[in-house]
Amino acid sequence: MIDSSWLTEFPDMSRRDLLAIRQTLDGAYRTFSRTYGDSIENFFDPLLHFLVWFENLLIQTPWWIVLIAIIGLVYAATRSWKLCAGVLASFLVIGYFGMWEDTMRTLSIITVCTILSICIGIPIGILMAGSDRARSIITPLLDIMQTMPAFVYLIPVVMLLGIGRIPGVIAVVIYAIPPVIRLTNLGIRLVNQETLEAAKAYGATPTQRLFGVQIPLAMPTIMAGINQTIMMALAMVVVASMIGVKGLGQPVLKSITNQYFTLGLLNGLAIVALAIIFDRVSQSYAKRAQKHLGGTDNG
Amino acid sequence: MDNDRETLIEIEGLYQIFGPSAKDVLPKVKAGASKEDILAETGHTIGLQDINLNVKRGEIFVIMGLSGSGKSTLIRHFNRLIDPTAGKIKVDGENIMELSAKELITFRRHKMAMVFQHFGLMPHRCVLDNVGYGLLIKGEKRAEWAPKAVSWLDTVGLAGYEDQYPSQLSGGQQQRVGLARALCTDAEILLMDEAFSALDPLIRSEMQEQLMELQENLHKTIIFITHDLDEALRLGDRIAVLKDGKLVQVGTPVDIVLNPADDYVRAFAKDVNRSRALSVHTILTPNTDKVEGDTAGEVRNDFPQGEDYTFVFNKEGYQGVLTKQQLDQLEDEAPLKDVLHHVESISQTSLLQAVIPVCCLNTHFDLPVINKKGELKGRLEPQKLASVLTP
Repeated sequence: MIDSSWLTEFPDMSRRDLLAIRQTLDGAYRTFSRTYGDSIENFFDPLLHFLVWFENLLIQTPWWIVLIAIIGLVYAATRSWKLCAGVLASFLVIGYFGMWEDTMRTLSIITVCTILSICIGIPIGILMAGSDRARSIITPLLDIMQTMPAFVYLIPVVMLLGIGRIPGVIAVVIYAIPPVIRLTNLGIRLVNQETLEAAKAYGATPTQRLFGVQIPLAMPTIMAGINQTIMMALAMVVVASMIGVKGLGQPVLKSITNQYFTLGLLNGLAIVALAIIFDRVSQSYAKRAQKHLGGTDNG
Repeated sequence: MDNDRETLIEIEGLYQIFGPSAKDVLPKVKAGASKEDILAETGHTIGLQDINLNVKRGEIFVIMGLSGSGKSTLIRHFNRLIDPTAGKIKVDGENIMELSAKELITFRRHKMAMVFQHFGLMPHRCVLDNVGYGLLIKGEKRAEWAPKAVSWLDTVGLAGYEDQYPSQLSGGQQQRVGLARALCTDAEILLMDEAFSALDPLIRSEMQEQLMELQENLHKTIIFITHDLDEALRLGDRIAVLKDGKLVQVGTPVDIVLNPADDYVRAFAKDVNRSRALSVHTILTPNTDKVEGDTAGEVRNDFPQGEDYTFVFNKEGYQGVLTKQQLDQLEDEAPLKDVLHHVESISQTSLLQAVIPVCCLNTHFDLPVINKKGELKGRLEPQKLASVLTP
């Protein structure tokens, strides 16, 4: 009887063993977070201060100054009045519907997350492009980061740092950083070999090749990665609001639990508007910066 | 042609085997196993085997072969873009295989410049920055290299294009930028990897012409890779024919055409239109005996010993042919103008087909060969022309 049961039921480990494993791991992590929680929190303190400062800056500055600054940035990046008009209209509508403050909060956290992702992601992408071994290690990690449900890695982060902005930033960065890493790697690997060979033949050092040839020529691909990263960061806004990140995500969360359809829709649309603005501005900036990178063999 | 020139680049026993454990396969290759056997037994591909060659200072050395013959692999060994599995590469007496990474960079910056088949220009830099690239990465200031880059652009015929970007230029123009970039570094050796192969025929022959004109003033050592025998014959002082990674023949253009080493070279040479492929400088006799002056007295003492006739030059350049017999009949004060035979001079870069009519019009004398500046470079013997053109 006992011996043949494995044919009908999967011979799994006993519940007691599983429980023991879970308790050991949970216990170990709890001890770890109690011991190091404070020092890790201290480590992130400068980031937190910057986040709070930036958020306050956007909220406490009169709205029209912020708007002028945003339009100025958009124009500097794209040189397109049409795009500026679109951005202006979106922000006016958002403000009119009373979502200005939440939008500024979201804007600040997205900006910080994007900058962090770029600062961490591009060097990792360069490392990956330079070594096949690094690539074979990093690629599966990126796969995990992209497919693991966000809630799963929120648990240890929250255990370690509590709820608030920093865990939110970490969650968003983990979710949003893979595209910029992947596309930096891809872009550098796809750089025209003859151009790279030319640099080598004229005696360029590895550093000169990286900054003078590889990165500039990989820029369109890297920009596509940055664009994707921004989009994914915005997509995480609602999830991040579950661990206390203020902004457009919280009203959405509230309207899910209370079935406020209109509130959810309006805030959702505001997120979409932000996403479109980021996308169009970054793309048109990229296009403008790389107008000469098109095919060189049109002879 | 001139065997007295000193050797600048020396390649000895060069092997290139592609695969994960090339060094282990090397003894088998050296023992004479065939390319197919090696591939079947070990999965390694033989790129080059037992290459030995010397390139002399100031010559255009053409390496010719069909695609897959290893010629592009070979040229990348000259500046170690590819490292050989075995063998020595000496440049100016220095074995460059022993250079450290840092020394190699210095070597590439100062000794060699390279021109690529698909130009290898940097699309994000303007034409001027592309031309000055070699100097820029040496750390020279823009103010120092910019005038130089401008003047080289002018030399290749692209004055005024400084601020354009490569994508705005045609293929021929892009390759001129590539050539200017190579010349701008003042490197002694120029590596040209199928430099003109991507250009259409008209532009290609224009570029060949330009390269030969430049070479006349610059006297660089040029390694030129091509799959086109016509091009090889036209440009090369010497030609190396490469087949399946082995050198089949090294010789002058005339050698290749008239004395092919094996059937492979013969098959190549057979289809060549010799009168269109060979230029005058490949068959000229480097005898520059001449006299200078306007009257018989001025030239009498300079008349070359034992010759029946010679070429006469004055301040305006080449004038005609003077025979010994006529000179002996003249008084010292008599002007030469009236007795000279009017034999047309020919340019050393002309193709043989262009000089055939000139040769037909005079059967008595060799033709004087002069360069762009009007200096005598040698003479073309009609018999030699005839023998070269006879299949």
